[in-house]
Amino acid sequence: MALGLEANLGDTVITTNLDVVVNWGRQYSLWPFVFGTACCAIEFMSAAASQHDVSRFGAEVVRFSPRQADLMLVCGTITYKQAPILKRIYEQMPDPKWVIAVGACASSGGIYNNYCTVQGIDTIIPVDVYVSGCPPRPETILDALIRLQDQIKGESILKDRHKDFKGILD
Amino acid sequence: MNTTALEKIQAAFPDAICKVALDSVVINVQPENLEPTLSRLKNDPDFNCTLLADVTAIDYLEYPKHQGPRFSVVYTMRNWEDNLLLQVKTPVADPEVGVSSAAHLWGAALWGEREAYDQYGINFQGHPDLRRILNHWQFKGHPLRKDYPIEKRQICYETDSLEPEIRARLAKKGVDDQTLKDINTEVMFLNLGPSHPATHGAIRILTALDGETILANVNEIGYLHRGFEKNSEKMTYNQIIPMTDRLNYCSSMINNIAYVKAIESWLGVTITERAQFMRVVLTEFYRVLDHLVCISAAFVDIGGLTGYWYLYNEKEAAYDFISRLTGARLTSSFTRVGGMYRDFYDGWKEDMEHHIKTIEQGIDDALTLIAANRILHDRTQGVCVISGETALSYGVTGPVLRASGVPYDLRKDAPYYNYESFDFEIPVGSTGDIYDRFMIRFFEMKESISIIRQAMKSIPEGPINVTDSQVVLPKKEDVYSNIEGLANHFKLIFEGVKTPPGEWYDAFEAANGELGFHFVSDGSGKPYKLKVRPPCFYTMGAFHKMVEGNMIADAVINLSCINIIGGELDR
Ligand code: SF4
Repeated sequence: MALGLEANLGDTVITTNLDVVVNWGRQYSLWPFVFGTACCAIEFMSAAASQHDVSRFGAEVVRFSPRQADLMLVCGTITYKQAPILKRIYEQMPDPKWVIAVGACASSGGIYNNYCTVQGIDTIIPVDVYVSGCPPRPETILDALIRLQDQIKGESILKDRHKDFKGILD
Repeated sequence: MNTTALEKIQAAFPDAICKVALDSVVINVQPENLEPTLSRLKNDPDFNCTLLADVTAIDYLEYPKHQGPRFSVVYTMRNWEDNLLLQVKTPVADPEVGVSSAAHLWGAALWGEREAYDQYGINFQGHPDLRRILNHWQFKGHPLRKDYPIEKRQICYETDSLEPEIRARLAKKGVDDQTLKDINTEVMFLNLGPSHPATHGAIRILTALDGETILANVNEIGYLHRGFEKNSEKMTYNQIIPMTDRLNYCSSMINNIAYVKAIESWLGVTITERAQFMRVVLTEFYRVLDHLVCISAAFVDIGGLTGYWYLYNEKEAAYDFISRLTGARLTSSFTRVGGMYRDFYDGWKEDMEHHIKTIEQGIDDALTLIAANRILHDRTQGVCVISGETALSYGVTGPVLRASGVPYDLRKDAPYYNYESFDFEIPVGSTGDIYDRFMIRFFEMKESISIIRQAMKSIPEGPINVTDSQVVLPKKEDVYSNIEGLANHFKLIFEGVKTPPGEWYDAFEAANGELGFHFVSDGSGKPYKLKVRPPCFYTMGAFHKMVEGNMIADAVINLSCINIIGGELDR
């Protein structure tokens, strides 16, 4: 039995939780910005192409401008030389925004434990989902997307998720 | 290299100590004789070394029983017409003082010497612009020196402005503030990259524009410098193979093959007939795939998305074959020192034939779209021209050089793996413009497909690995059932394949050009030094020569036609 507003207005309205509606919309219309630097970017190309087809998950509108994107996919090795650029581009993306670290390099530096490679991009920007693999197969990238969608479902529009984040460049 | 070349060179340079190492003659000179030697090798018609392949340095700090100064500098050069490969080596008493630069002789020395300076801290006197190239400008120290700890990381807080460089370049082109005032215009500085859809990876292109015309251009690389060479010094020879996948990740197998070939040549190991044929088939197949990616990306940049679909789908389909063969889509790691990881699977010939048929179809479809396409012709013909001579001087090799009319191809000029017995042509361009660079890859793919067919017909049966127990792992049965096998396995895994002490350079015709490996071995199972001579690095070094005077939009499609791959560009 309907209560309150719904009881008076009948079928013409649905009441729900604001978070649920907003998150539902956000979750299925992620616009990725691909920060592709190395080998992993080639596998993202395959994930986006017809065989694996990322558009089945609502994330095919790949943008080349960070201002039009809300999902950053970091595909490839990030070096210290690259790091300030990564941070700048992340900051240029409007909120809310999410980050997926695609592949071992972006997640942890991968096989490059040395003087020039950043040991995981989470030392520079906050990361939501990590994808293992060197390179990850396209299916794994899709899996990461689904995980991110699950995560978005549980978020609140009132909370700033990364208020306290502090990276090495901050 | 036969002894006559050695004799000829020794006679020409009686003061120098000349030696043969594999295919090259190494000329050891004193620093004061470096410049005269180099300039004679370049300018004397007897030697005519028009192509400077590479410049590097060696740090002997930890080299066992080394006598003499700590550093040496090595120039590797070629007279490609006579198949003469030379290395000039000189000791460096004081790196701060350094040696004289060769930048006035070859354009390639501009970037080659910058890299040696960046990585080893060697000064090159007279170099017009000696600054870091791979590491960032806030970096302190020189990472490839043996006393630089591999894990000492240095943070870069800000990107280099490049303003002094572009202003210097403008001045060199004769454009200063006064000229601009006179013609009543203003220069606009436009920066592309390092994260830009047109750069296909992480390269930074800075241009000074008059309207849409590029007056001057400087480029910054190193954004993907991930320390391949330093890491290699800590790994055994076979452990490095997976790292070579990640040099040119569009044709990983070619890197695998080129790398192990360099070691096998030094070890004096001749791989089995079947392995040689396998390597030919796979090299040519990957050459086709590499060209497919390059051309399809270029199609996208030109605005011809249809061409992209015709070509890229075939590439994606080829991953099925590769996964089935190697277990991975992108990173093959399929060779081992002394042979291959595995043999072909049953029925591979049918699969291969199927793939090359569809690729041929794709090529023909794409060619039909462009063969008489006025838009494409107007857009690419006569644009971003580079002459054969300039290209050689800058160390450009591979399809880009051949597009400028120089038929240099190691498969013909210094054949290995029986390439001389295959029937194929080396396509060359006539003008060296974007159109030639674009079309040449189509024709090379056709030649490669023909080589694959010939090799499939005559590939012999037999083992794929040599039987030398110092090089190849024993059979699993032996490891588990007898102590010799176990000990053999243990030694090879832990200590690596031991190479005789020495220094050598070995080159391979990869999809993008001459892919060389310069090794220094101290006799252990790990390389003392490993330097890659990546084709992209030198091609990118000539980029400004191609684009200056052309439009900014042409620079974008030029970049896609020269196929710069970050992994091997920056290593
Ligand atoms: S994780 Fe592996 S495949 Fe991906 S960028 Fe790093 S090295 Fe390349």
